Amino acid sequence: MQVTVTVNGKTESHDVEARMLLVYYLREVLGLTGTNVGCDTTSCGACTVLLNGESVKSCTMLAAQADGEEITTIEGMASPDGVLHPIQEAFRQHHGLQCGFCTPGMVMAVASFLKEHPDPTEAEVREGLEGNLCRCTGYHNIVQATLAAARQGALAP
Amino acid sequence: MSTTLVDGPAAGVVGTRMLRREDPALLSGEARYVHDLVVPGALHMVVVRSPYAHARVLSVDVSAALASPGVVAAFSGAELAGEWFSPMPCAWPVTADMQSPSHLPVAVDEVCYVGDAVAAVVAASQAEAQDAAAAVAVAYEELPAAVDLEDAASDRVLAHSALASNRAYTWELVPDAAAVERAFAGAAVTVRERYVQQRLIPAAMEPRGVCVVPQPFGGEYVVYSATQIPHILRTMLGITAGVPEERIRVVAPSVGGGFGSKLDVYAEELLCLALARRLRKPVRWSEERSEAAQATIHGRGQVQEIELAADAEGRVAAVRVRLLADMGAYLQLVTPGVPLLGAFLYHGVYDVPAYAFTCTGVFTNKTPTDAYRGAGRPEATYAIERAIDALARKIGADPQEVRRRNFIRADKFPYSSPAGLVFDSGNYEAALDAALELIGYEELREAQARRRGEGATRLLGVGISSYVEMCGLAPSRVLASLNYVAGGWEAATVRMLPTGKVQVVTGASPHGQGHMTSWSMIVADKLGVSPEDVEVLHSDTAVSPLGLDTYGSRSLSVGGTAIALAADRLIDKARLLAAYRLEVAPEDLELSAGQFSVQGSPSSAIGLGTLAFEAFTAHDLPEGMEPNLEASATYDPTNFTFPFGTHVAVVEVDTETGKVDLVRYAAVDDCGNQINPLIVDGQVHGGIVQGVGQALFEEAVYDGEGNLLTTTFTDYLVPAASELPSFSLGRTVTPSPSNPMGVKGIGEAGTIAATPAVVNAVVDALSHLGVEEIAMPVTPERVWRSIGASAPGTGGGR
Ligand code: FES
Ligand code: FES
Repeated sequence: MQVTVTVNGKTESHDVEARMLLVYYLREVLGLTGTNVGCDTTSCGACTVLLNGESVKSCTMLAAQADGEEITTIEGMASPDGVLHPIQEAFRQHHGLQCGFCTPGMVMAVASFLKEHPDPTEAEVREGLEGNLCRCTGYHNIVQATLAAARQGALAP
Repeated sequence: MSTTLVDGPAAGVVGTRMLRREDPALLSGEARYVHDLVVPGALHMVVVRSPYAHARVLSVDVSAALASPGVVAAFSGAELAGEWFSPMPCAWPVTADMQSPSHLPVAVDEVCYVGDAVAAVVAASQAEAQDAAAAVAVAYEELPAAVDLEDAASDRVLAHSALASNRAYTWELVPDAAAVERAFAGAAVTVRERYVQQRLIPAAMEPRGVCVVPQPFGGEYVVYSATQIPHILRTMLGITAGVPEERIRVVAPSVGGGFGSKLDVYAEELLCLALARRLRKPVRWSEERSEAAQATIHGRGQVQEIELAADAEGRVAAVRVRLLADMGAYLQLVTPGVPLLGAFLYHGVYDVPAYAFTCTGVFTNKTPTDAYRGAGRPEATYAIERAIDALARKIGADPQEVRRRNFIRADKFPYSSPAGLVFDSGNYEAALDAALELIGYEELREAQARRRGEGATRLLGVGISSYVEMCGLAPSRVLASLNYVAGGWEAATVRMLPTGKVQVVTGASPHGQGHMTSWSMIVADKLGVSPEDVEVLHSDTAVSPLGLDTYGSRSLSVGGTAIALAADRLIDKARLLAAYRLEVAPEDLELSAGQFSVQGSPSSAIGLGTLAFEAFTAHDLPEGMEPNLEASATYDPTNFTFPFGTHVAVVEVDTETGKVDLVRYAAVDDCGNQINPLIVDGQVHGGIVQGVGQALFEEAVYDGEGNLLTTTFTDYLVPAASELPSFSLGRTVTPSPSNPMGVKGIGEAGTIAATPAVVNAVVDALSHLGVEEIAMPVTPERVWRSIGASAPGTGGGR
């Protein structure tokens, strides 16, 4: 079936299988491999992207369900000249990543979270990121990065 | 060795919190993990796995799978048996009489755990391969399964029909049996504890993945694998699949965490290689999460018995330990050796004269175990740190005081341990003091007493864990004495390019540790260049042919030392060239910020960049000097390194629900000199949470038939941000005298320290109710039951 989506500001239109998940559409059809797959039970959040500015786990929805919608992936966060988005920069400044596998999903989850909670407490950040697992950082620096991004007023794109 | 309480002053970039150079690629989605690689024409492999823990394979029929759309090939274990030149490798036959069952990448007659491979299907797409795999018809005759570790040790049910016993080996370390007997006979107080180290699933966020690409000419194979060990893998793939080693190139692209689980040689890596050879096409495999739970090694899995003999003040005179260690169904790369990495450390940070350790490795019909973050050392630390708390309760002393009474004193280093090691340097009391201060120990004890006095239902518990670990694996001679088949050195090359930029080639293979950052810092300071001008090449055997990879907190103390030595050699050569150009004696030159200048006449100077260019053009070199500035070094450590520290956990335990909240946590670690404290912090944070995971949440649960019940993140509870506090970190710095940079290693420390700190805290919260032991993971139900069992009527119940 034909699917037309705006991904990172660019309109894409493809004939895809009805059963194709959004995450595989992004990874395999569009070649946007920054979005990762870490589980098969919608538990880890590695696949988090923004759908019309709100975070979704792209392994939980079909590409077809995104028809007509706007998607932002990690590849769409930095500016075209390579300047990191303030949230990405905050992760870097606060060492909020190690192996980086959870990071794209985590950054997208933070983007969505900060839009809803521009001035969060630490506890709110921890609750807000509950659906995104990281095995490397122990979350400490991810939380610090999120709080720092909030202080700088870093909103979603 | 002196100990300082702050990060040492930094000349240059070493010692600063330099931001990681790896991050931009990882943060922007540019980094490529194996699953991200686009390989035209690659076929997809799916492995058919046994649903039984133990069964005879009567027949495997792949005909329906072969008829399935898109399928290129499908093979049973018998059809693939000719592909293997030797069985799956185990590099650590710990005793001469160790038993090891036959282990092929795909089983032929008998499957021995749920997840054991029985067939492989290859198709044009992943979905087609999956559909076809479901069509493979396997007839099994189910056999009784040995599931429970202690039951398996009794040989009531055999895990392998070809073995007469489930016992893999018994390994002993008893330097003086009579001394141990005497200590127990003369002890005023003895403690005897039994702890269960539950099985853990490492759960790196990136599941494993492999892609093997046969090259059209020359018969070479490029193996892309999510591995920690490209070099070891290359050798082992060659030996096992019968491919000449030089025809295999292993590349580990970005790797999404390992924690030991990618320190192995796996069936799927061998299968992709053998099928790529057979089909002459690229073959790839992507592990699914629920598959990973069974097909990737587990960690821990021990039953521990520890006894202490002490005097009335709690001074420990002897430690005696007996372990049963669950090997799982087969011996993977270092399975039998994991308990031995802890065998020397069951006396912990304490000066204990008499020591006895015995371990029996036992086969069960479960996923094989192998190294998981800390590998043997978390188990050892858990046992001694829990037992020390038990001793403190028994003599009615504060647990921190009992620790102090027993510490190896700072003036005793280098310390010859009762287990036969030489601990390089340490100051345990300084770390304990710093940790207690950081957490506010005295106030916490008062608050705890207050709550108890008020009859509060949210009780406070404080748990201490003082640890020492041996890491920096390892001196090759020591490995030889432990029967490990390889060495423990690491290799490095440093070269300057014509433009003055620097390349570092390392045999370490990072997967989140930030080696590119740390290695470039080391070299930048040596050569007086900016870290940005240092390129670090790694994880590709074509670029870095020599190496022993990343595990056991070895990368900095072994691999980093090799880099520092190579840089020194490069400087030695540059000095000769500089002396030639400046027409002085080499000894008259001093190197500072990348400039060689003549002592006493600083205007006469030449920079390393200029020298690099001159060495490159080679137009005018001293007689006999080879062109280019390049040097290599291979460093074999003379000793392990012994990081240490004290962690303190504070929990609140709800006596009505049994719920445990980890509310505060302080960690003071001493890893010797630090290259980048920012990275050290990150390692400690992540390590703590893996240790907390074992204490409170994680367990690979099997039913009585040997089915793994925790195959997803909804059943296997990797800690989430909401379940954790932030951490207060502190550090003492006691350099290691064993290597030139005085570094020790920090990759495993957090995990080693955290588990006993947290469980000690829970038991401490409830100790006045008579609770002495709660099995891990310390779930609300277990806590609630333990309260009821210990003091009926005070809440909880059976
Ligand atoms: S891949 Fe794990 S939640 Fe989507
Ligand atoms: S950085 Fe590795 S999983 Fe989060």
